[in-house]
Amino acid sequence: MSGRVLVGVKRVIDYAVKIRVKPDHSGVVTDGVKHSMNPFCEIAVEEAVKLKEKKLIKEVVAVSCGPQQVQETIRTALAMGADRGIHVEVSGKDYDNMGPLQVSKIMAALAKKEEAQLVILGKQAIDDDCNQTGQMTAALLDWPQGTFASEVTLEGDKVKVVREIDGGLETIKINTPAVVTADLRLNTPRYATLPNIMKAKKKKIANVKPADLGVDMASRVEVLRVDEPPQRQAGMKVETVEDLVGKLKEAGRI
Amino acid sequence: MAGVFHTTLALRTALRYLSPSCTLTSAATARLLPPGSRKLLLPASSVQSGVCSRRLHAGAGGPTPSPAAAPDRLPFSKVTQEDLDFFKKVLPGRTITDPDLLEANNVDWLKSVRGYSEVLLRPQTTEEVSQILRYCNSRNLAVNPQGGNTGLVGGSVPVYDEIILSTALMNNILTFDGVSGILTCQAGCILENLSNYLEERDYIMPLDLGAKGSCQIGGNVATNAGGLRLLRYGSLRGTVLGLEVVLADGQVLDCLATLRKDNTGYDLKQLFIGSEGTLGVITAVSILCPRKPKSVNVVFLGCETFEQLLQTFKLCRGMLGEILSAFEFLDSECMRLLNTHLKLPNPITDCPFYVVIETAGSNPTHDEEKLHNFLEEAMTSSLVTDGTVATEDTKIKALWSMRERVTESLTHDGFTYKYDISLPVERIYQLVTDMREHLGDRAKSVVGYGHVGDGNLHLNITSPAKDPALLAAIEPFVYEWTAGCQGSISAEHGLGLKKRNYIYYSKPSQAVALMGNIKAMLDPKGILNPYKTLPDNLR
Repeated sequence: MSGRVLVGVKRVIDYAVKIRVKPDHSGVVTDGVKHSMNPFCEIAVEEAVKLKEKKLIKEVVAVSCGPQQVQETIRTALAMGADRGIHVEVSGKDYDNMGPLQVSKIMAALAKKEEAQLVILGKQAIDDDCNQTGQMTAALLDWPQGTFASEVTLEGDKVKVVREIDGGLETIKINTPAVVTADLRLNTPRYATLPNIMKAKKKKIANVKPADLGVDMASRVEVLRVDEPPQRQAGMKVETVEDLVGKLKEAGRI
Repeated sequence: MAGVFHTTLALRTALRYLSPSCTLTSAATARLLPPGSRKLLLPASSVQSGVCSRRLHAGAGGPTPSPAAAPDRLPFSKVTQEDLDFFKKVLPGRTITDPDLLEANNVDWLKSVRGYSEVLLRPQTTEEVSQILRYCNSRNLAVNPQGGNTGLVGGSVPVYDEIILSTALMNNILTFDGVSGILTCQAGCILENLSNYLEERDYIMPLDLGAKGSCQIGGNVATNAGGLRLLRYGSLRGTVLGLEVVLADGQVLDCLATLRKDNTGYDLKQLFIGSEGTLGVITAVSILCPRKPKSVNVVFLGCETFEQLLQTFKLCRGMLGEILSAFEFLDSECMRLLNTHLKLPNPITDCPFYVVIETAGSNPTHDEEKLHNFLEEAMTSSLVTDGTVATEDTKIKALWSMRERVTESLTHDGFTYKYDISLPVERIYQLVTDMREHLGDRAKSVVGYGHVGDGNLHLNITSPAKDPALLAAIEPFVYEWTAGCQGSISAEHGLGLKKRNYIYYSKPSQAVALMGNIKAMLDPKGILNPYKTLPDNLR
């Protein structure tokens, strides 16, 4: 086995930022807004770096798709311990319309090109909450998938994955190469320490275009409109039960 | 100086306690809880019986009460039904006498001092405050102005039955000018709420402290709170532009100017800033707010020695310059407490000292470049052994909580003795090391942390339970050590109840006497927050 792990990292609006919808309702405001690595992608990077530290794999490659700015996100992955990065350049309309289908095609192409043993992704991104990229990537590659992983163990040429499911925890054993998606409890991502941040500056980030990978970025989905959720109305205090019943009747609730 | 004061106090209190009859009036005795429980949440066995029990900290063995203990109750009037009727007329529904509701307002945040007030008033307007004070002044009723009750020196709660005047309902923002950045608001506005309001308008408050979720701006001004941003934006004495204060006799002093520059006569507001509610009740504040920085970065560094920490500070000042907005430190003992009690993991490897540096500027690229240059220099010159950087909000908050939550972690470690000292920067940690050596095994933990950039040390000592012998070892050692470097025995926490008598360690008696004169002029009956801030011997 190549001992190479591919980790996908997505640059998203920072989770603590207050989201604002653009006045033309075509999307959310991203200009000048704080961005950071998707929290589930951080967990994915952490898991890959842990595997390398345990000497179970040899190399961690961080991949991100997007414009120039995603290089920051790749650098963060490098500072956490990834060995090199790949920046797939996507910008303009292609970037606005980029979704799980396009990204999974890219990840599948790279996984084949890099002869990856494992592809680790976050289970979903906090901006679109799609939860599709990992699954689509596995399908395109016809590889097994261990999604919502809360524990990953390499056993020879197989992977044991403990999955978080509605009923509790499910343990499966899948062959490699495989796709794994990280859930919240998989690990606690490390802080990138200064020595590593300095080292990361010297690590390589390769530039690739989707066309080089034979990927068509055309989207079959068109966003019609984006709206804010309805404003929460203030509550009202009433003095007596009769008042309460009266108000409920007024509001047509009973 | 300190020595003379100490002898006088010891003599006077020794004389007072020679007489077998207590100096309490019988009425006061009746109101008190069983001996020893007053002012303390101490197990009864550790209190001496038969002697006047107003002990906060008993001296080592003898009957001399600590200078921090409350004095005897002064002859203020007691609240009568007539008084309650008056208050209920002025503040319908906002005159509280239910003991369960009063409980929270009678005890301080540290749960170290307790008052016995039976009346809590919650005015909404300056006019109501004026009416209340005019009445209380005429009736000789003592009043304890109370904001968020987050003070650490026992100044925010009653000592006896003073009426609690809470500004909690005076929480309106009055005006905000988006060009000048001048905000005017009522004194009861919670600091965090003001911050949120301003952040939406691209500004921030010039001060920030761990208590922001509960503390009120009126209280911040009355105690001249310092906090984490003082290094960058200066103290409230510079950023407060005007105040509206109600004086002891009910007069409303309107100095609520919103002018950046105004040299017309004496600057009266400076009297009230830091007066801890003893000269007047602040009802409105106008404050100059800085623009919200576009780029904030937080760095968490580890240093081997304090000397290296200081060198890092020097380097920081030089290379980060105008974008430096905070420089805080904590020691490895603090980290241990954070790990143990709050389960917060160390972001970096274990080091003897940790530094939290914050930069705030208007250009992310410019700031990051400066920061990276500084970090590279600090690493290559081995001033710093490890560190991490945060640019995202969640990570920034996580790194800041390593410093902000030390106070909280201490409350889980046992009974805490807190000292807030101003010292020459190069001597700050020496006090911690000397105290550790001096106390040896007697203390559970001795930790040092604080605003090293401002020369302000927070020295905290814990013991499993309140320990008078330990206290006798700590005080007056810590105050004498401080006085020896011409430092301040209370850098930002104020004097309140607990430290009022230690003022002489940091101020000459002539200055204190003048303070007494000012107090007598503004509050002749002494009804505003009695027993606090000024030493007992002034009366």
